[in-house]
Amino acid sequence: MSFVTIFYGISFYVATLILFIGVAYRIYEYSTIPAPLKIPTPPAPKTKPLVAIRIFREVVFFESLFSATKWTWLFGWLFHFALLLAAFRHLRYFTDPVWTWVSWEIVQAAGHYAGYVMVFGLFGLLARRIFVDRVRYISNPSDYLMLILIISIAISGLMMKWFHTDIYAVKQFFIGLMYFSWTELPNDFILLLHLSLVLLLMIIFPYSKLLHAPGLFFSPTRNQTDTARDQRHISDWAKSLESKK
Amino acid sequence: MAVKEFEKPELKDYSPIPKLVVEATSHLAPFKSKEEFQKSLGYPGELVENWQDIALNKMGDLLKKYRSLRVYMDSCIQCGACTDKCHYYLGTKDPNNMPVGRQNLMRGVYRKHFTLPGKYFPKLVGAIDLTREVLDDWYSYYHQCSQCRRCAVFCPIGIDTAEVSMAAREIMDSVGVGQKYCNEIIGKVHKIGNNLGLPEPALADTLEGLEEDVVDDIGVDVKFPLDVKDSDVLLVTPSADFFAEPHVDGLIGYAKVFHQAGISWTLSSHASEAANFGMFIGSYDNMRKLALRIREAALELNVKRIVFGECGHAWRVAYSFLNTLAGPFDFLDPRYPVPQHICEVTHDLMNKNVLQFDKTANDDKIITFHDSCNVARASNMGDIIGGQFSLPRDIIKATTNNFYDMEEETIKEKTFCCGGGGGLLTDDLIELRMKGAQPRMEALKRVIEEHGVTHMAAICAICKSQFSKAFQYYGFELDQIISLHNLVGDALIMNKKEL
Repeated sequence: MSFVTIFYGISFYVATLILFIGVAYRIYEYSTIPAPLKIPTPPAPKTKPLVAIRIFREVVFFESLFSATKWTWLFGWLFHFALLLAAFRHLRYFTDPVWTWVSWEIVQAAGHYAGYVMVFGLFGLLARRIFVDRVRYISNPSDYLMLILIISIAISGLMMKWFHTDIYAVKQFFIGLMYFSWTELPNDFILLLHLSLVLLLMIIFPYSKLLHAPGLFFSPTRNQTDTARDQRHISDWAKSLESKK
Repeated sequence: MAVKEFEKPELKDYSPIPKLVVEATSHLAPFKSKEEFQKSLGYPGELVENWQDIALNKMGDLLKKYRSLRVYMDSCIQCGACTDKCHYYLGTKDPNNMPVGRQNLMRGVYRKHFTLPGKYFPKLVGAIDLTREVLDDWYSYYHQCSQCRRCAVFCPIGIDTAEVSMAAREIMDSVGVGQKYCNEIIGKVHKIGNNLGLPEPALADTLEGLEEDVVDDIGVDVKFPLDVKDSDVLLVTPSADFFAEPHVDGLIGYAKVFHQAGISWTLSSHASEAANFGMFIGSYDNMRKLALRIREAALELNVKRIVFGECGHAWRVAYSFLNTLAGPFDFLDPRYPVPQHICEVTHDLMNKNVLQFDKTANDDKIITFHDSCNVARASNMGDIIGGQFSLPRDIIKATTNNFYDMEEETIKEKTFCCGGGGGLLTDDLIELRMKGAQPRMEALKRVIEEHGVTHMAAICAICKSQFSKAFQYYGFELDQIISLHNLVGDALIMNKKEL
């Protein structure tokens, strides 16, 4: 077993643990911290199913962002949607036999072209960060680096179109990791670069602004029902004030 | 300390997003609260010795008590969607008045002290220590936020800067840095019962005077009852309604509505204030104590319903928080929501044809309506989605012949704050208030030019006071701001046979 295989094998185990345990822990934290008051923003639904629809629309269409700024919405939405399509294409590396719908030509082709769309969207977001004075003012080095990181992941992924790598061996490597029977990972520079950047992204996810992904689901302004007059919404710590009466 | 002269913003026909000017309003900060007022609210009198530790502890405590604060500290992607949404940024051009800029004053400290990357790579993620300079920035810029929540409507994650500025104010109070205007007022409510420190005999006197005025004016014996037990309705209204212009005309309007509908009602000297400044300083405890006065008054006077007068922030606390803070209100009439807004009462009576209007009484006016931020974005009316927008407009349309809305981007859930909300309605912040009013004034100017609007109606005591100043400042007439229930009172056909 080569050093490269051992190094990446262990790294993917570690990064996967950090990603899943980290995000799970954040979700645990968010769900256990009380929201002691009703603060939904309009139009605030009265029932939970309607709240689910509201969140769905935010997650899928970025509705609030659309009403705020069209350019950021365009670049941001293209990037996220393309990321989803690219992720679908990548499922072929983790399913054996490949799930039928993943193997469909349209899913695979869409996933490929989505790579270009991702790069386009990300450069748009980067351009806003650089050229809009207000966005430049609030940008920290990490904000630029995050975009550059994801751009690099997308470009290194697309480059494998030209610098061929043995993707069957790559698949065997990942399936091997999943079922604990390791195989060799091809020692190709672009592939290793692509995988290294993905590892980095996985590791920083639970410690970075990428937490906006779970955060949206726990945002009280969006996920609360507007039922303040109908029922009390009292948290445990607030209840303890009442017993002091 | 005299208020410095400042350049008057020009009202434009089209409002471009201004280029930012760093530290444009870093010199603005409200007067600090004196020791006695701090102490009466349970806060240290002045900045304590080990203030950093205490502040960070308090912050850690709030991060565990408020999901909003914790999620919003973590989730901002710095996308910039909010950067041009705050009226204070548009009016002052100061980047710390961009909602995200304001949040980052706290987020930097959060990252430094509560996250791993901030601890080990502070420069990379913009983490900062809570130094004296940062505390001063907090005091300045967290008192340049009116907690109007316009940014929260546009944020893709729903991050609400009001939650952050409330937390910041509570942290500052806990180390002895409080704001004079808010904390003195809360002290007055605890002690006397209302924001203005108006004691019971003075209030009784004022109400008697109003009764005489109304009889002289329309020849109907409309009552303004105080502390009358067993009334149907306890009316809780902002104390400005008792004598400030144009507020008092609103109060006369409510009284006429109750009179004409035959609903017995009373004010309470114990709870003679609707506004709850505990919210402004982010203090659940103070907010709760103030809310309990209303519960006590309702029990003592044995009323069946609680109705709130025209007051934006009061209505937020009333609609969204009162049941939680001071409920359950199971001793009241279950047929009515608790509490109700006066607009809900009027609207309901209007629909049942209990009230008849002569619209021509208001024919000297062409009306537009200012959606007060806390009504628009933090409450509801009529239990229908968007009721807080449609009920007041329905009432205006039923009582006048001429109504025009301002531009869609500046009303309803996208309404601009008047510039004086959230505990900033104080003369030591006059520069901020006038600059913050600019976006609303521009929208008003355009509707005046397009439709010849003569008056703007509002349903918030702070809006009315703030606009009285801002109108004069920007070259409108003082009396162009009116209470919504002034229109109601003037158009209501009164039954005169009782005299």
